[in-house]
Amino acid sequence: MAKKIRVLMAKPGLDGHDRGVKVIARALRDAGMEVIYTGLRQSPEDIVEAAIQEDVDAIGLSCLSGAHMALFPEVVQLLRKRHASDIVVAGGGIIPEEDIPKLRKAGIKAVFGPGTPLRDIVAFFEKAGSAKGA
Amino acid sequence: MSEPDDSRDLEARLRKWEATTLKEALRALPERRGEFVTTSSRPVKRLYTPLDLRNKPFEERLGEPGEFPYTRGIHPTMYRGRLWTMRMFAGYGSAEDTNKRFKYLISHGETGLSVAFDMPTLYGYDTDAPPAKGEFGTCGVAVSSLDDMEILFRGIDVGKISTSMTINAPADVIWAMYLGMAEKQGVPMTSLRGTIQNDILKEYEAQKEWIFPPEASMRLVVDTFAFGAKEVPQWNTISISGYHIREAGATAGQELAFTLANGMEYVRWGVDRGLNVDAFAPRLSFFFNAHNDLFEEIAKYRAARRIWAREMRDTFGAKNPRSWLLRTHAQTAGVSLTAQQPEVNIVRTTIQALAAVLGGTQSLHTNSYDEAYQVPNEKAVRIALRTQQILAHESGVANTVDPLGGSYYLEALTDELEEEAYRYFDRIQEFGGVIAAIRKGFIQQEIANSAYRYQREIEDKQRIIVGVNDFVVDEQSEVEPLRVTQASLNAQLGRLARLRRMRDRKKWEASLDRLRKACEDEDVNTMPRILDAVRARATLGEICDVMRECFGVWEEPLLY
Repeated sequence: MAKKIRVLMAKPGLDGHDRGVKVIARALRDAGMEVIYTGLRQSPEDIVEAAIQEDVDAIGLSCLSGAHMALFPEVVQLLRKRHASDIVVAGGGIIPEEDIPKLRKAGIKAVFGPGTPLRDIVAFFEKAGSAKGA
Repeated sequence: MSEPDDSRDLEARLRKWEATTLKEALRALPERRGEFVTTSSRPVKRLYTPLDLRNKPFEERLGEPGEFPYTRGIHPTMYRGRLWTMRMFAGYGSAEDTNKRFKYLISHGETGLSVAFDMPTLYGYDTDAPPAKGEFGTCGVAVSSLDDMEILFRGIDVGKISTSMTINAPADVIWAMYLGMAEKQGVPMTSLRGTIQNDILKEYEAQKEWIFPPEASMRLVVDTFAFGAKEVPQWNTISISGYHIREAGATAGQELAFTLANGMEYVRWGVDRGLNVDAFAPRLSFFFNAHNDLFEEIAKYRAARRIWAREMRDTFGAKNPRSWLLRTHAQTAGVSLTAQQPEVNIVRTTIQALAAVLGGTQSLHTNSYDEAYQVPNEKAVRIALRTQQILAHESGVANTVDPLGGSYYLEALTDELEEEAYRYFDRIQEFGGVIAAIRKGFIQQEIANSAYRYQREIEDKQRIIVGVNDFVVDEQSEVEPLRVTQASLNAQLGRLARLRRMRDRKKWEASLDRLRKACEDEDVNTMPRILDAVRARATLGEICDVMRECFGVWEEPLLY
């Protein structure tokens, strides 16, 4: 049997809006993945530490407060520092369109805005997980 | 409302209609779907008739406007006497930035102020605290000290305009800053009007901007009730909020139930402190969401008033009719705004605002069309305000009281929502009350379940969201960006550093010591001590640090 894809869903920063992250966590679980949810107010260090401890394939970051530019790239940088760049990082939330190319350039593999179909997000993590497993 | 003979006649007529006219119509054209439901997945019947209202005395449930149980509204003349307050939630960047936005809104006809604070402020941190990194001014204004508050209201006479402040965990501190600012403007506390949200229970349930554990938080809330009743008699010391519960995913029925259950919990804590219910209940206010489903939303406001009036009079024994009144603010549903074809959000907001007005709200915020992207730009916010002005002055809906009262559908929905709320009250009681239900994660899980179901319905196209899962176009967003500037951040950091350098250190230290002692002694009201600390130029973060040390911080049960 194939190893289950493991995803860490995380809320960096002070933002308390957790509707989206919980819906995504549940959708990934329903799609057969193992999901670890960090809860609110995690620093990039906390998130990277948890991702390595839990040996995840991918991290999903959610931020609706507007602090994504300060927080998302830092997670990627810390993963690099910890030699864990094979963990795929994606992000979502209230993110102005002009920020998306900048986040992509900083190593965020996908950015999901409001209204993104769940199946697109599930497909992304399935692909990310199987690429890493291979 | 009907005599038995009448309803037997009606039943017979309806049976005949079903067997003939309806049957033929359905044969020629079947209905579009097997089941019709509201936004909250509540089944909706094909037709509502007097038969849906016959089980309970109709007039008793409605009453007259301005009379118990206030189903038709809290004022006898409603909007014929005074329109609702047009109060736009606003805040971004520094106090200077937001002061400018306030003046812009006032110049375009808004009639009340409403402050949005940034994440660090909501969470009791100063702008220069490490956890505040990247969060300055992004979704509200940063207020770290009395100096910031003074700038926020520079050139605005707070003796004339009412101000609502969306602040919860550190509500007492921010309120104290407002009182300190008014003092410097020369406005006495007795003439100040406004609201602090101060609703910590829904933070644990939905909005998640908590600091301290529930019991300590509730003590602080009751401190504000007691202080307000004595010193700031025209101030609403709480805005018991369903808005965020709904935004987090709850249905209309859950929003209604959890909000009112929270409200009753506050009343119990106040009474347990030894306060006379009529001394503080008239200053309790509410805040509900206005979502897409027009009739279900209107029904929710009407059911809320009826339940509150009954519980306050009969369960809590309030004698003053002002204690029975559910006065509410409303805001259109932020969560319904789409990033796709954003201009279409203007239409959604219009329908939602109409629901709030037909539901009898006392004040209203209308969202701007660009809010799926950012804090709104000036043009977007002006259109949102204009939407209210059109409802008030052009649509005609404000000309008569409760224009939809008596609609079979609306009255049946109002009854159904009321019954659903009481079912939830019973379940919460089984947990041992609201705080126990929060500790067990019951309320949070109910909300998360509804959020997930709603999203699945969109995913499966059982629910159509225009521009998102149907009627889609390929487009580039044309929303004009609004950015918080580095200059604003620098100004704020500079001001904070200056304040820390210039203040009277002895006075500042003494005020924090006195506050610490008050936190440790439940018999001492913290509010006067917080006010003294604010006057001594203690910052929000410093005051909250003292409280964090005394009370600890809350860790929520993890679930999804």
